[in-house]
Amino acid sequence: MNKTKILNPIKMKKIKYILAIITIATFGFVMQAQIISAEKIINKVDDNINSDTQIVVSDMVIHGKRNDRTITSKGYSEGHKKSFTEYLAPAREEGTKMLKLEDRLWIYSPSTDRTIQLSGHMLRQSVMGSDLSYEDMMEDRKLTEMYRSKILSEETLNVRNTWKLELVAKVDDATYYKRMIWVDQERFVPLKEELFAKSGQLLKKTTMSNIEKIDGRWYPKKMNYKDMLKTGEGTDFIVKEIQFNPKIPVEIFSKGSLRK
Amino acid sequence: MKLALQLAYKNLLGAGLRTWLNVAVLSFAFVIIIFFNGLMDGWNQQSKQDSIAWEYGNGHLRNNNYDPFDPFTLQDGHAEIPSGVNHITPVLIQQGTIYPEGRMVSVLLKGISPDQGIIKITTASFKTSSVRFPAIIGNRMASSAKLKIGDEVLLRWRDKNGTFDASNVTIIDIFDTTVAGVDSGQIWMPIETLWDMTGLQNHATIAIADSNYTYKAVEGWNFETQKDMLQNLDDIISMKKYSTAILYLLLLAIALLAIFDTQVLSIFRRQKEIGTYIALGMTRTQVVRLFTVEGSMYSILAMIVGCIYGVPLFIYLNKTGIGMPQASQDMGFSLADKIYPIFGIQLIIGTILLVTISATIVSFLPAKKISKMNPVLALKGKLQ
Repeated sequence: MNKTKILNPIKMKKIKYILAIITIATFGFVMQAQIISAEKIINKVDDNINSDTQIVVSDMVIHGKRNDRTITSKGYSEGHKKSFTEYLAPAREEGTKMLKLEDRLWIYSPSTDRTIQLSGHMLRQSVMGSDLSYEDMMEDRKLTEMYRSKILSEETLNVRNTWKLELVAKVDDATYYKRMIWVDQERFVPLKEELFAKSGQLLKKTTMSNIEKIDGRWYPKKMNYKDMLKTGEGTDFIVKEIQFNPKIPVEIFSKGSLRK
Repeated sequence: MKLALQLAYKNLLGAGLRTWLNVAVLSFAFVIIIFFNGLMDGWNQQSKQDSIAWEYGNGHLRNNNYDPFDPFTLQDGHAEIPSGVNHITPVLIQQGTIYPEGRMVSVLLKGISPDQGIIKITTASFKTSSVRFPAIIGNRMASSAKLKIGDEVLLRWRDKNGTFDASNVTIIDIFDTTVAGVDSGQIWMPIETLWDMTGLQNHATIAIADSNYTYKAVEGWNFETQKDMLQNLDDIISMKKYSTAILYLLLLAIALLAIFDTQVLSIFRRQKEIGTYIALGMTRTQVVRLFTVEGSMYSILAMIVGCIYGVPLFIYLNKTGIGMPQASQDMGFSLADKIYPIFGIQLIIGTILLVTISATIVSFLPAKKISKMNPVLALKGKLQ
């Protein structure tokens, strides 16, 4: 009797031990699967939204307190590192050009016929009074390089099933410490993104809509950027025309093209 | 000379209203010159005292990469507080944005030790506060951002790596200062709190020196003396002095023109008198002197009249001060809501000399003609 009494706790301990190992192993496996899955989702979104080269004609609608301003531009981009934008309308902005090469940004103003390079704090200024900063446009590192991601939950957003991803910075110099991205499970298009400060304060929100299939990709043709600390309706970015992987002459991404 | 003075005095009084009109205009110019210069001197002295008490201390030790006139240098214009330097209060300056009522307002975040006593910012109130992010602001900032004591306002800033952070800060005190340089668009916080917020431990942008500070060269830091810092203020005041000088010099020119006209008219109308003086034995030079003294006596009478109404006015203004409009106080330099003019002896003597000498010159110019007059024709009253 005593022997049984002595053995039982040992057995119990063993069982508990095995169960614990199984639980940890299973949890670890699930976690690992989730990390891969979240990263995969981001990569799939990246593949869907981005292409080697792109030409986009778009309207930027800046909602002001009293009135709205619409700025039309044509943008050329090659990967994340090179981009060239020419403003087409209104007349006040027509001819203004912007060139981004790696981490350098130049702006050409036709009224002064001068090209200036933006750096340091100047990059933190708003782009033409919108809710976007030059720095927001300059970010060229991949999200997977900067953030540790995981799937938080599955949610329905505008009758679409989405994964809610949480991205927490793994590098020190990420502008936003945390991001929440809602990704359409079927189309691999982000439908909403929220950007947070270190304290957890929501800073900016991007809402994507008018999702259309273009050249076999699902693409949001309207994006609303909103600084959540400010009152107002934010800035709309409406894609009028888009070409994926067109041939772009090399000289477009040179300083010479600013004055042309 | 005594005779000239007596005659000049009698002639002036004899001229009656004409004399008093000239004296009135000249006395007005005299009072205005003293008033404007006194106002500028008062402003200068008040601004200097306030700037030293609220902002400059005994000078600033500045990080080499920081230029107070270029906000873009704030990002890199800081370094660890230099060791071995005593009698300084370090101040870390960073950029931030507050959102009062959903409006976006750019601010400078200034971290300072709660124990400092070099400048008059009411930092002691940090010691009694228990809130996580205490902040004190000046009255201009409070009024422009519509903030009051106890209010919480959302502040967004970046840490040393450029990552955004945001939190509510609580306004625990509002100080009343004339120095916009420590007030407009600025939020003061305990330096330890700002270090924690930004991750810039032990860093400072400037250090304010106290009266016991002795300069010794520190690598990476420049020392700007109190005198250097006050130079800007001196330059502004002297520029203002020149611009106001145009106004009162115009007034003086009108008064002198009146004296000049009176002299020309006197010489024209009093030719017989001039002839009589020469006939009675006065030399032409003595007659010229008589007329010149007569002209310059306007300035003496103007001073007496100016003193009668000017002295009580100046005493009153010196006690009550002159109110400055609210809009002008938001300029980048120190300007009180009231300026107390200073009427120094140097200013008064300078003005007396300016008015007297210029009145003498304009009196002498027409009187010169007398030296070329034919006494016989003058006695007959014929035009020459």
